Amino acid sequence: MSLVFAGVCSHAPGITGRYERAGKAQREGFYTRMREMRRRLEAARPDALIVVAAEHFANFFMDNMPAYCLGMADGYEGPVEDEEWLGIGKASIPGNADLAERLIGVVLEDVDVSYAQEWKFDHGVMVPLNFLTPRYDLPVIPANINCQGPPLTPLKRAWKFGESLRRACEEQPERIALIGTGGLSHWPCTPDSGKINEAWDREFLDRWVRGDYSGMTGYSDAETYRDAGQGGFEIRTFVCVAGATAGSPRELLFYEPIPIFAVGCTVGVVQL
Amino acid sequence: MSLYYLQKLIYQLNRDEHVRQRYERDFEDLLADYPLDDGEKTALREPDIGLLYVMGVNGQLLMHYAALCGYEWDEYLQAMRDGVERYGPVRSGLYAMTET
Repeated sequence: MSLVFAGVCSHAPGITGRYERAGKAQREGFYTRMREMRRRLEAARPDALIVVAAEHFANFFMDNMPAYCLGMADGYEGPVEDEEWLGIGKASIPGNADLAERLIGVVLEDVDVSYAQEWKFDHGVMVPLNFLTPRYDLPVIPANINCQGPPLTPLKRAWKFGESLRRACEEQPERIALIGTGGLSHWPCTPDSGKINEAWDREFLDRWVRGDYSGMTGYSDAETYRDAGQGGFEIRTFVCVAGATAGSPRELLFYEPIPIFAVGCTVGVVQL
Repeated sequence: MSLYYLQKLIYQLNRDEHVRQRYERDFEDLLADYPLDDGEKTALREPDIGLLYVMGVNGQLLMHYAALCGYEWDEYLQAMRDGVERYGPVRSGLYAMTET
């Protein structure tokens, strides 16, 4: 069928693990927009959901770090973190190995993506799923872009990865949804945790909403680190979704810094 | 200085139940499997979360080790701040990229 839904959202573990420490009005504002994202996702009646995430040493380490990887299994487990710490219980999440293999075959024509037949989801996937598919009844195909251990893939390659994913989706009979999940500026799990560069975030999001290829892919990693912290490297997931949906209008449903969540909480959707 | 193996031990400890069982049963035996220097082993044993941060351990790994060692979230953040105060700026790894 093709791509039937696309969007972006935050995934910080504090969103579920430290929810009680955020102001009620503040967190409900974010949660309400996440529920709206879920409503739109369900209205698109997808057969599978690709989650482009930026995992945090749950499966991949510096002994063999893929720049890009897609999951190719019929099921996954998560969260890998302590349930109480994350505020999300252990669960089995359905996958779709057959669809994943077909997608990978197409993407490989453009991008040397790795595949994994075993994958334990960390908060980068589980937090979005907690809001979007809390019954874990929609097959998920995880995709990872290395945003944690430099050297990192160039932003223009992340865009290209999105273009390739889109082309791969277009060639399948299934109805496929795509989300990118990451932080904008943030300094997670460092002494600067809670610091957020709101101006930088808003400028990036303006570029994301406008589909500004040059603006979104023009940051050097040194600039991103200086202005947006090491967490800012995760904009690759947003750039990927922008590449997958080039030319389509986008809507920013929510952006607000929530320091105890250690990130500017974001929800955006694409009008396909 | 073997930041890679220091992080690898913590990574495996975070993710592998068998490694965690070895950690609980005989930490010294587990440490012997990794080419760590004495300072790194001491920082792990203490644990000195602040020093591990200054040595360059990525926070995405370190926060789980701190939690395993009983640190609450705010205690973990404070331990890193104390480490920088006591030992100076981060010496290696991602956070040494452009220290401000």
